Amino acid sequence: MAEPLAFELVSPEALVLSGEASEVVVPGTEGYFTVMANHAPLMSTLKPGVVEVKMASGEEKQIFVRGGFADVSPSGFTLLAEQSVMLEELDMKDLDQQIQNASEDVGDADTDEKKAKAQAMLSQLEECRDAINQARG
Amino acid sequence: MASLKELRNRIASVKATQKITKAMQMVAAAKLRKAQLAAEAARPYSARMATVLANISSAMEGRDDAPKLMIGTGKADVHLLLVATAERGLCGGFNSSIARLARTKARELKAAGKEVKILCVGKKGFDALKMEFGPILLDLITFREVRQIGFAQANEVGDRVLQLFEEEAFDVCTLYYSEFQSVISQIPTEQQIIPSMTASNDDEETTGPDVSPDVSYEYEPDEEEILADLLPRNIAVQIFRALLENGASEQGARMSAMDNATRNAGEMIDKLTLSFNRQRQAQITKELIEIISGAEAL
Repeated sequence: MAEPLAFELVSPEALVLSGEASEVVVPGTEGYFTVMANHAPLMSTLKPGVVEVKMASGEEKQIFVRGGFADVSPSGFTLLAEQSVMLEELDMKDLDQQIQNASEDVGDADTDEKKAKAQAMLSQLEECRDAINQARG
Repeated sequence: MASLKELRNRIASVKATQKITKAMQMVAAAKLRKAQLAAEAARPYSARMATVLANISSAMEGRDDAPKLMIGTGKADVHLLLVATAERGLCGGFNSSIARLARTKARELKAAGKEVKILCVGKKGFDALKMEFGPILLDLITFREVRQIGFAQANEVGDRVLQLFEEEAFDVCTLYYSEFQSVISQIPTEQQIIPSMTASNDDEETTGPDVSPDVSYEYEPDEEEILADLLPRNIAVQIFRALLENGASEQGARMSAMDNATRNAGEMIDKLTLSFNRQRQAQITKELIEIISGAEAL
């Protein structure tokens, strides 16, 4: 049995999840990574994607997050998500809408810099739509 | 002296007003509970955010290339006052006390030879300030149609402020809102959000419990990129917190104002009823005297 890790997922509106986890998979900007107990202190930004949490009780949770930070400190692991939805509650239409908005942003962008940013957002969203589709089977 | 009919009408109208104020009080009480819950739910996020920010700031300390959002532009010539008030009136001194605080500050800054710009969130503050500061009022952002303030709204305001900052339209940004203490006390507050260095140090509430400067963090990507992402978000979080505090304060202020109004209406009805009864009695007596003296004259 793996050592438990104090895990908290907070969004601006509420504390979404708090408890002991044994393993958390996080979509970092530079790739997915897994956090377990006694992980070295790490701070990373997130890209849109699915967080997979294995609770100490054996329960597994999948949560869609969009934008935020992961803060791994010796006292525990805190995930600050700008937006978070339980995967089973996520409405694909919402995501499709977001993708559409993002693609409109790409069209509307007037400078190269903005365009690159919007394009990155769009591809990330599309990527995570695929990920969700895959997770759901 | 008002006639009986006039008195009767006035009593009816005060009673109608009392019903309205009573209803408004109850609505405010129900909304207050919701607003308070929302404000409490948002607390963990801003507390964690402050912890993370404090951790990174301590890592960045003393470096010249720290982002401008954190250390400022090096000047303090142009001030932006972000004044957050309610969309509706009838909530006692809530809107005017925020506006007063902002007005005093604006005058002070002007007297010191600084340039002042004002951005309003909420219609009431805009109305209160436009007389004196019309030309320097940048804009009004209203969420009148929004039922429950969410993070998206705060983000909208935050983006606006950041855009102005990028255009170098101001050096220092101060946020005005009302801190919710209790139903009877809301404290108008000013909080500096740009540069954020001082804001996170002053605010005792946001200083997290586990700031551990000894721990050396690994950053992914590096500090600068994280900060570039974190600082704008922090602005939005601060604004979000202020908006929620404001929401709770507004309902609290409205509740006590409407409670007072209901009580006043009750007193007024009592007084009017008394003078109505007295006058009716006087009229009866007068009629009796007329009848009796008429009978005696025969």
